[in-house]
Amino acid sequence: MVDTQRTLLLGNLAAVEGAIYAGMRFYAGYPITPSTEVAEGCSRELPKIGGRFIQMEDEIASIGAVVGASVSGMKAMTATSGPGFSLMQENIGYAYITETPCVVINVQRGGPSTGLPTKVSQSDTMQARWGPHGDYTAIVVAPSTVGDTVTETIRAFNLSERFRTPVVVLMDEIIGHQRELISLPKPGEHQVINRVKATVPPEEFQPFRLTANGVSPMAAYGEGYRTISTGLTHDPMGFTTNKPEEIKVKLDKLRNKIMDFRSEITKLRVEMMDDAEIAFVSYGSVSRAVLLAVALARSAGVKVGLVQLYTVWPFPDNKLRDYCQKCQKIIVPELNMGQIVHEIRRVMPPDTEIHSLQRYDGEILTPMQILEKLEEVM
Amino acid sequence: MATVEKTKSVEKQKSDAVLNYFRPRKKLPSVWCAGCGNGIVMSALIRAIDKLGYSKDEVAMVSGIGCTSRMPIYLDFSALHTTHGRALAFATGIKFAKPHMKVIVITGDGDCLAIGGNHFIHACRRNIDITAILINNYIYGMTGGQGSPTTPSGAISTTTPYGNVEKHFDPCKLAQAAGASFVARGTVYHTPQLEKAITNALDHNGFSLVEVISNCHTYYGRLNRRGDAVSMLNAFKENSVTTAKAKKLSPEEMEGKFVIGTLHEDDRTEFCDEYQKLVDAHMGEK
Repeated sequence: MVDTQRTLLLGNLAAVEGAIYAGMRFYAGYPITPSTEVAEGCSRELPKIGGRFIQMEDEIASIGAVVGASVSGMKAMTATSGPGFSLMQENIGYAYITETPCVVINVQRGGPSTGLPTKVSQSDTMQARWGPHGDYTAIVVAPSTVGDTVTETIRAFNLSERFRTPVVVLMDEIIGHQRELISLPKPGEHQVINRVKATVPPEEFQPFRLTANGVSPMAAYGEGYRTISTGLTHDPMGFTTNKPEEIKVKLDKLRNKIMDFRSEITKLRVEMMDDAEIAFVSYGSVSRAVLLAVALARSAGVKVGLVQLYTVWPFPDNKLRDYCQKCQKIIVPELNMGQIVHEIRRVMPPDTEIHSLQRYDGEILTPMQILEKLEEVM
Repeated sequence: MATVEKTKSVEKQKSDAVLNYFRPRKKLPSVWCAGCGNGIVMSALIRAIDKLGYSKDEVAMVSGIGCTSRMPIYLDFSALHTTHGRALAFATGIKFAKPHMKVIVITGDGDCLAIGGNHFIHACRRNIDITAILINNYIYGMTGGQGSPTTPSGAISTTTPYGNVEKHFDPCKLAQAAGASFVARGTVYHTPQLEKAITNALDHNGFSLVEVISNCHTYYGRLNRRGDAVSMLNAFKENSVTTAKAKKLSPEEMEGKFVIGTLHEDDRTEFCDEYQKLVDAHMGEK
């Protein structure tokens, strides 16, 4: 029977569907390949639901407007790629320190600089974690299919609202420009989380107060609280501070509100790991090729499995260690010169053999190349 | 005598109005040097807001980085103290998200015209209903007296120690050319006129710029031998010409002088209003 709910959807438009499902009603962006269809989709869809789309003068302005909309109470996002993601970093840092929820979609392309606008890459994995200067903790999610893009974008908004922090969706050119037949989620199928709003009387309200779960309730502009947001390091009232004890409290808050709840944020896909002697660890579009390679290897009797990271950051130290504890060998395929592989080296016992499989010429890793690597390390 | 008493009483009422708008619990004094023009602009702005009868909750004040950009922290409005040069971009997000809010950007010559120049011309072009108050003191104050895009040719700063070889911007001409629908200039000497200019700018639907010529006696004045705050204010008085008078003066007579008053006003359509029409036309479509 034909499922009439199924639709042929472009990855970049799946991000729009997911965002709107999650309650996004404000988009500010600047055209850049290979992310542009996200902006086009938002410009088309948002007016129909009373939302707002604005094409800003550059990526710096785009993330600025997104933060402005978020402090005004809206769920807001932008989308970009390599050069634009670099331009956004200072204001993403502003969102970290002001604890402003927002979502940044990075449809990765090759770099550095203008690099490879139409070619796939995963070379922003570390930038997504460490892009803005200073100390903070980032949440980064990575879909691998068009269907994933819908659900991971919803999850990105939920995490962003729950933890009052920017969340990066690390897509790539393959996912962004791929069309797949998917079922869009029905209303109520996924949970939608909204930020906790201020309820105390305005004179008692502290916009950055420490709470049991590390997250301070938020007051939107124009709703009686008249709060301050500043990029200067600040106390619970939002007033700038130079006091060492207050500085430490603020920076600890940025880290602890996420790291203390890491298990809530971490999401992995685990395939055929029960008896696996060799594990692949991957994220993003590469995982698709790995999945096929694993199936082929299994049919040839090789005990191999896959751990796919849907949450790339914070890195799932304990869960990965648990899933891979019986594996003597781990292969980490990435479309870069080896980035997340260093995290796996950090997490796994020193006697684990860890192999980096790299491709950074703008092409995908094929299942055959992955099988060749497997044969090489066996 | 009665007139003096009456004047005093009016002055007291005015200063009381100003005090009502300071942010509770914020410790003063400000970071500004004694005699800085920023305080004069802040009180003119408060009097304008008070006169227009805006509630504190409907005002959002946005700023970037620099001496002037500290202003929103001292006042009892929603305050977004953002990154260097980007205030207008953040302000665009607030205004577009909540069009009923009065969004005011406080900026300086370096913040608005150097690092923020692109956002400035595009905010003008969009004609989004934001009021930008650009306090122009010809120099970077917070970082210690470096040359800015309004530092006059030949002037001394810590990065133009032999005199500025560059030309300077006229922000009012720039704004008008880029599409701002209200442009005015004032000085920190002419405070009643400044209050009126800010009132008119706030009341205008569209992008409005008020450039305020101000004194940084600490750096610009000292490096260029312009004397103390009072001497600099007197110079603003002597070198300013009203729009009416400027029409009667020849270019030679205008040399070294600047025009104060409303320089441009038109009623072109405002960005958020236009977008709302688009939403009204397409709302509910599949």
